[in-house]
Amino acid sequence: MLKEILKILEHDARTTPKQLAAMTGVPQTEVTRLIKQAQEDRTILKYKTIVNWDKVEDEHVWALIEVKLTPEKDVGFDSMAERIYRFPQAHTVYLVSGSYDLFVLVVGKSNHEIADFVSQKLSHIEGVKETVTQFVLKRYKEDGEIVEGKEEVKRQPVML
Amino acid sequence: MATNPKVNSRVKKKKYHISKRANQISPSGIRKFFDLLASMEGVISLGVGEPDYATPWHITEAAIESLQKGQTMYTSNMGMPELRQELSRYLKAEYELEYDPATELLITVGVSEALDLAMRAILDPGDEVIISDPCYVSYEPCIVLAGGKAVAVPTNEEESFELSAAEVEARVTDKTRAILIGYPANPTGAVMSRDRMAEVAEVAQRHNLLVASDEIYAKLVYGVEHTCVAALPGMKASTILLGGFSKAYAMTGWRIGYAAAPREIIAAMTKVHQYTMMCAPTMGQVAAIEALRYGEESASDMVEDYNRRRLVMVKGLREIGMPCFEPKGAFYAFPSVKTTGLTSEEFAEKLLTEEKVAVVPGSAFGQCGEGYVRCCYATSMADIEEALTRMRRFVNRYRKA
Repeated sequence: MLKEILKILEHDARTTPKQLAAMTGVPQTEVTRLIKQAQEDRTILKYKTIVNWDKVEDEHVWALIEVKLTPEKDVGFDSMAERIYRFPQAHTVYLVSGSYDLFVLVVGKSNHEIADFVSQKLSHIEGVKETVTQFVLKRYKEDGEIVEGKEEVKRQPVML
Repeated sequence: MATNPKVNSRVKKKKYHISKRANQISPSGIRKFFDLLASMEGVISLGVGEPDYATPWHITEAAIESLQKGQTMYTSNMGMPELRQELSRYLKAEYELEYDPATELLITVGVSEALDLAMRAILDPGDEVIISDPCYVSYEPCIVLAGGKAVAVPTNEEESFELSAAEVEARVTDKTRAILIGYPANPTGAVMSRDRMAEVAEVAQRHNLLVASDEIYAKLVYGVEHTCVAALPGMKASTILLGGFSKAYAMTGWRIGYAAAPREIIAAMTKVHQYTMMCAPTMGQVAAIEALRYGEESASDMVEDYNRRRLVMVKGLREIGMPCFEPKGAFYAFPSVKTTGLTSEEFAEKLLTEEKVAVVPGSAFGQCGEGYVRCCYATSMADIEEALTRMRRFVNRYRKA
């Protein structure tokens, strides 16, 4: 039943324990207990909001950075990745298969800031062999949500 | 659109002859709500009968691609061979049923057309068809338009709105041709248990009747199994299985349904279909192929979500003082309005004008639907909750002292 609750929460983090109880048929106290436990063991990492920053005056710049690593003796990918993901600028960090090793999504206030991060911080980390920075020009979809132009379709109000 | 009465009055009204047959059927019982609704703002409608999802994108995309390729011509009258092939495979996988795609399957314009064709193919004037009361609004008109007579078997909440074999058998005459059933049911959300379905099937066998089974909601069941009538022992030869893609794959607007039946019946239905419809829409058929091949996951995700809303709706209705039978299928709840002392039509009308929530009076689905209203929960959770809040106010206002 935890899985069912997580599915609902992943879709809408604001769903209350009372609503979750109604939606799943699980008693509210049990829902609360499951959520508390999931938070404690970090099954639930965080609740956050998907924002369309283009709607407010705000400077957000995204860049996808491909990072190639040179594995060194006694130092695995994990610890090299840690030296990167500890930076708050690194929004998302994945180890990936293919022509590079780490996928790093960086969010900054300007192109400059990101360029600085890459040249001053990222490329200096031991084991980082090569980086390719791709600035994001437009966000079409974010975490499963279409950012702009999602239209509400009108249904006939009454049909048999 | 509203017509200008001034302009209207100047035109001399021409009298048209309308056929007895058309006059024999009455307009849908909720016609007046359409007009009332159209003039109102801020209405939450639980009156719909379709998913609130758009068709899964991979299905839509397949149709777009076919259009781009210029696949815009008629198909075979019976439907695209690939679609019948896929359908045959699907029915085998789902129910262990073997239908020959070349002779035993017909693709139609929604299950509505399949139902119409079935009645036209099997009924002679005066023939009787047994239906349940309440039932989907189209059953009786389809029977009547085909020259037949609908004989209703009452069902009730105490019996979970399931059809009783004994009650069916009591209504069999030498004119009875078929039993027309639709489970999971619109408007009640009832699902027939396998045992009770088998009992009804036995009655059909005993009296040599056909069973026309509208299984459009087959995939929308919650915690129970859907029983396909044709899959019951010995029933394939006596069943016209009617199905479609609208509800399970959120494809109402595509208008694709089907019939699976013995070849003689399919041949007769195809004759009518080819003269009246030619073929089902080509792009819709392409979409249906995609749905059958790759739509399983999208369909089951939607069912999971309907189930959450079902639980919220039924619990909510019970909490606000509207006793509600537990619907195990489709996407309707069918609560009782008896605590208010209103008829189902009064309830629906007052609820709409006073609280701006649209529901469908149960009486639109037959006499046994009186005292109930149909609430479709295929709408957003926020709307369900708001509708329940408004209905709580309404019920409190009218609750009998």
